[in-house]
Amino acid sequence: MARITYITPDGQQVVVEASSGSLMTAAVQNQVDGIEGACGGVCSCATCHIHIDAAWMDRVGPAGDAEAAMLELEDGSTSASRLGCQVPIRPELDGLTVRVVGR
Amino acid sequence: MSAAQQHCVIVGAGHAAAQLCASLRQAQWPGRITLVGDEPGIPYHRPPLSKSQLHPGADASLQMIRPAEFYAKQQVELRLAQTVQSINRERRTVDVGQTKLPYDTLVLATGSLNRRPPITGIEHPRVFSLRTAADAEALRDQVQDAEHVAIIGAGFIGLEVASALRKIGRDVTVLEMANRVLSRVTSPAVSAYFSSLHREHGVDLRTGVSVSMIQEKEGHLTLLDGDDSVVCRADLIVLGAGARPNDDLARLANLEVNNGILVDEANRTCDPVIFAMGDCCNQFRPLYQTRLRLESVQNAIDQAKIIAAAICGLPLPAETLPWFWSDQYDVKLQIAGVSAGYDECILRGVAKPDSSFSAWYLQRDRLIAVDAINDPRAYVLAGKLILRGARPSPQVLADTGRELKELLSSETRTS
Ligand SMILES: Cc1cc2nc3c(=O)[nH]c(=O)nc-3n(C[C@H](O)[C@H](O)[C@H](O)COP(=O)(O)OP(=O)(O)OC[C@H]3O[C@@H](n4cnc5c(N)ncnc54)[C@H](O)[C@@H]3O)c2cc1C
Repeated sequence: MARITYITPDGQQVVVEASSGSLMTAAVQNQVDGIEGACGGVCSCATCHIHIDAAWMDRVGPAGDAEAAMLELEDGSTSASRLGCQVPIRPELDGLTVRVVGR
Repeated sequence: MSAAQQHCVIVGAGHAAAQLCASLRQAQWPGRITLVGDEPGIPYHRPPLSKSQLHPGADASLQMIRPAEFYAKQQVELRLAQTVQSINRERRTVDVGQTKLPYDTLVLATGSLNRRPPITGIEHPRVFSLRTAADAEALRDQVQDAEHVAIIGAGFIGLEVASALRKIGRDVTVLEMANRVLSRVTSPAVSAYFSSLHREHGVDLRTGVSVSMIQEKEGHLTLLDGDDSVVCRADLIVLGAGARPNDDLARLANLEVNNGILVDEANRTCDPVIFAMGDCCNQFRPLYQTRLRLESVQNAIDQAKIIAAAICGLPLPAETLPWFWSDQYDVKLQIAGVSAGYDECILRGVAKPDSSFSAWYLQRDRLIAVDAINDPRAYVLAGKLILRGARPSPQVLADTGRELKELLSSETRTS
């Protein structure tokens, strides 16, 4: 079980509890604005772009090659960017805060 | 009537429908929403049906677009496993079984229907097509005991099924009527790439083959061509012969239909209280200056958002880019835009296995689409350029020594 806080593009905080899936599915299941997960989580659409809180970057880990390539030219992309669908929910992520980039 | 008393009825509980429910409630639309769908469950993602979920043993649980709680929480009334048989436009009701369900706004989201080519014997119980979760389940069950599978049609679904079945070691024959695979959606160069990809993975791929009969002999199915010659034998057959818009209900109700239900920029049909979205509709696209009927998740989602805005009286969202993807073996194809009507195709990189490359489609110098093969950078960049109406230099495009990002600043032709 991990508690994740999403900050939506209009500044709302949504706290979600999840024990499986990814940062994308947890958000979609709880109607977090700005996370769409259109492709269902196969790193094809970038509609689940988030920024990871700096203090958590090590624990979350870096983007994979294909994911990094998707993110490189995305609007709002920074070194804190990840695609939510590529970050599995794990107990170590309990307490994580992410910012939803949205489109 | 106040918005809170309005009743919006959505016909078809698929991808577009799920998005419309979400978008209407996100915009705080207070009216009543009823979703009528003929499949037994809530809307789910179809793309995995022909990809990750096909093999026996794979996690076959459906991926829901929204969880079941969503519909309750957002007060969406579900009428599942129920079919809308007809629309009475004068009375503003739809017939669902014995019930006449009244609507103030009706949204048709009936999707598409798989084409069934005129083949004698196509009704054989071991001939499958793939559109719904039930189709996928039936196919998965049968694949277990089949050694040899024949696939009729080398479109996306046919090729994705071929890839999924090769992964679990089935013998696969793909038969395509046209002289190349994916002929309706891509260029000869990209078709050639996908042909070699499948052949390298052991698919017996044959183009220019038209199956006209299926016969059962000694437990096997035999596929015959127009000259009654045997094309191949198989234990089961999968049809991947494309789809047509499911616009029958609309036609019956005298709505304008021409390769899909005709809609305006707000996705309204010729009846101002009836909308249509997703695979079943056909819309003029300013970006391409032509009518398009698209079969994609992107199109379903973006048109649902347009209708939500129209129903809520909000400004319509800006025109969005069509996009699509397909996963076959370890290859990800991402398509930005629509390449139909291109007059120039420029390859960037070498179209050979284990490489990444992209095909850039221009129409009178303007970039209209890109097929990116294992090349997400090209895909993302192309999306931006297409929406800007960019005219990228063919020299820069073809030269892998030059950074794609250059195109964002210098997008005009040098020649
Ligand atoms: C196997 C497969 C793989 C795919 N892969 C991809 C992919 O990789 N990428 C991509 O972008 N797209 C893909 N697609 C296409 C994508 O799934 C569709 O474009 C999308 O689902 C369209 O959404 P829709 O809401 O218009 O229709 P659908 O999601 O098809 O939903 C329509 C629903 O309406 C129901 N219905 C029809 N008539 C009635 C009636 N009279 N009464 C009640 N219910 C009715 C249908 O049974 C269906 O449940 C794939 C499709 C399939 C089948």
